Amino acid sequence: MLLQKEMIGKHYRDLASAGDEGSKVVYTFVPGNLTELMGSFGVLPVLPEINALQSGMRKLSGDYISEAEKQGHSEDVCTYVKCDIGMLKKGNVGPTGLKLPEPDLLLLSYTGCFTFMKWFELLRQEYDCPVAMLHVPYQADGRIHDHHRDYIVEQLESEVIPKLEQVTGRRFDEERLRQRLALSAEAENDLVWVLESAKNVPSPIDAYFGGVYYIGPIFTAFRGTQAGVEYYQTLRAEIEERLAERRGPTTPEGELEEERYRLVMEGPPNWTSFREFWRMFSEEGAVVVASSYTKVGGLYDRGFRHDPERPLATLADYCMGCYTNLSLPARVDLIADYIREYRADGFMINSVKSCNSFSVGQLLMLRQLEERTGVPGGFIESDLVDPRYFSSANIKNRIESYLQMLEQKRGTAA
Amino acid sequence: MNAELAQLLDRVRGLSEDVDFACVREWKGQGSGRKAVGYMPIYVPRELIHASGMLPVGVLGAGDRLEIIRGDAYFQSYICHIPRSTIEMALTGRLDVLDGMLFPSICDVIRNLSGMWRLLFPDRYVRYVDVPQNFSPDVGGAYWRRELEQLWSDFSGLAGRPRDARALARSLEIYNENRREIRRLYEARSLEPWLYPASELYLVTRAGSVLPPEEHTTLLRRYRELVAEESERREEDLSRIVLVGTFCEQPPLGLLLTLERAGCSIVDDDLLLGLRWLTEDVPEEGDPLDRLAAAYLECSCQTASVYQPEGRRGGWLVESVKRNQAEGVIFCAPSFCDPALLEQPMLVEALAAEGIPHTQFKYSENTGQFAVIREQAGTFSDSIRLWSEA
Repeated sequence: MLLQKEMIGKHYRDLASAGDEGSKVVYTFVPGNLTELMGSFGVLPVLPEINALQSGMRKLSGDYISEAEKQGHSEDVCTYVKCDIGMLKKGNVGPTGLKLPEPDLLLLSYTGCFTFMKWFELLRQEYDCPVAMLHVPYQADGRIHDHHRDYIVEQLESEVIPKLEQVTGRRFDEERLRQRLALSAEAENDLVWVLESAKNVPSPIDAYFGGVYYIGPIFTAFRGTQAGVEYYQTLRAEIEERLAERRGPTTPEGELEEERYRLVMEGPPNWTSFREFWRMFSEEGAVVVASSYTKVGGLYDRGFRHDPERPLATLADYCMGCYTNLSLPARVDLIADYIREYRADGFMINSVKSCNSFSVGQLLMLRQLEERTGVPGGFIESDLVDPRYFSSANIKNRIESYLQMLEQKRGTAA
Repeated sequence: MNAELAQLLDRVRGLSEDVDFACVREWKGQGSGRKAVGYMPIYVPRELIHASGMLPVGVLGAGDRLEIIRGDAYFQSYICHIPRSTIEMALTGRLDVLDGMLFPSICDVIRNLSGMWRLLFPDRYVRYVDVPQNFSPDVGGAYWRRELEQLWSDFSGLAGRPRDARALARSLEIYNENRREIRRLYEARSLEPWLYPASELYLVTRAGSVLPPEEHTTLLRRYRELVAEESERREEDLSRIVLVGTFCEQPPLGLLLTLERAGCSIVDDDLLLGLRWLTEDVPEEGDPLDRLAAAYLECSCQTASVYQPEGRRGGWLVESVKRNQAEGVIFCAPSFCDPALLEQPMLVEALAAEGIPHTQFKYSENTGQFAVIREQAGTFSDSIRLWSEA
């Protein structure tokens, strides 16, 4: 966790000095991000969702959202967008207190979320810079079609790469991209090992609250870098040690002593009360052993690895395979598999108001998963970064009732 | 009012209110093996369904005509209304008349609804129509042609008919003619809005979502002829406004009537956009599938769900205001509609730059109380007229 904080802190410092250093800056999104390609051009990525969630964790998002709403943005729409717009209107000072640089390019990776498109159209109105649009087809029927892959590769060749070349003044270097993809695959192997360590009973990790720290580097600026590889080696060694000593996961209150419930989690976390939310589970001995949110930046645990032998095609497959780009039936299949593979006692859905990509269909998912696995599900509602939509007492009450129900069920079964 | 016009209007009102799709059932009953394919807003290539001998049917929600009992159990409170009523219609058997269902890529709600359909109705044909957001002929065009080819093959299989290029060419002509007729009506309305109240024009256009296109074209023509014979409709001192945000979940008819009663004369709108998506004719020469694919890239209308590669958003709205000599814009979006509401600040900025007055409110397809909207629209209309006189 400390190492990750250090890495992210350094990244924000690099961004703050980008202007002085002559570094080019590209704004882009987490799902379907082209970190290796951007890295091969030597540009620094800014991920607005990460800024928003960091602002949420640091209690800054409420003011930013109010600012955006004052400027005419609807109360009904995504709070990541409003947090970002509000932050921009208030001087674009990033979550670490350092000013963020303006983008040289907006790389609109339109993957798994309609709002992304409008978000960057809104930012385009604010900045005088080019936009590269990458339309990633949705995996509606649960598989990647060859012509969808071709479509993405053609967009990379005709739209994204030329714009990166134009902005950086550098030619596309396929070899450099291959090297970065190889580093990605190395880190991905270790990440998967870490995530799958939760199959052990007791689990040495929490794959949702703890998981967001584990995915941080690989979902953001550090995939395809040596720093990323080293981070995951260090993380794996730490978890191996924890596993060998049969220690439980780290929680806000220290190490979990007794694993009482194993849960699978669907949906993103709430960021404004992240630690409080986490504590509601950890205090009850509930450990999240698998989660869908930690797959929004790629389903490595289902076998995907960035492949240096097919550099652009592998980027296409990566984009299409992100969790929010999967159909609802595929999402149900995945979570049902997690429930079985991770021997979960239950599953819980955190439905966030901001994110229709995640939330629409979750009530049906709940029913389908209960029917298919025989495992009971819980349902709570909150938001990503709008503090007005985190009702602590209600959520705590629901979680406690749900866990009591699991306990009762266990007693009945015994 | 002329009796035939009154009868025509009764008919189209009946069609819009019919959540049981009786006219589709009737059409299917007129020949053995007839099939119908439903589609959600906004755009699907209806020509391919028609060329396969099937009836394209717009599923535009149930408005205020159906009590939502089961539908609400599938959606959280912060999700718009159209998926609720659509699920309600499906779960109560009202959509059994449809042999397939298309979900265009308009937003994440409709996208995920396609997955819900797959889970709830695994034996039915379901297809998510992922329109291109890249408008280069060699890239987005090539992709879209492959998608269309797949759709055409699917429809051919569903209908039990081989793909027939001549039939498709004929369907392109039929839909060209239908869109031409709608465009004529919109142009006529813009010139003499008092002759074509929005509440009427909406119903007459909407009939095209359930009638065969040939029949709808005839109906549109007859409506225009009958209106021309009407002597009681006189010019009124109303504010000319453009209505924006209504492209997916449909406003209740009462809302359109309320706006008119509040002194607003709607001279352009984005209602039922899918029925008039292509702003020009699909060319008559060349491979019909190529032409249909190219038409999407070259002459799609602009709206919130379509990426605009260059320039600032809202140019089309300013252009519409000028072309239709409108005096103001009413943003009228469904609650929780991501495309419309995320787009709105950009459109507001474009209007502000031109000094075009605007107001905004939200609705739901089953909104039943219009007093507040009437007051707001009335104030807006009055203020426009005051400014005009200044």
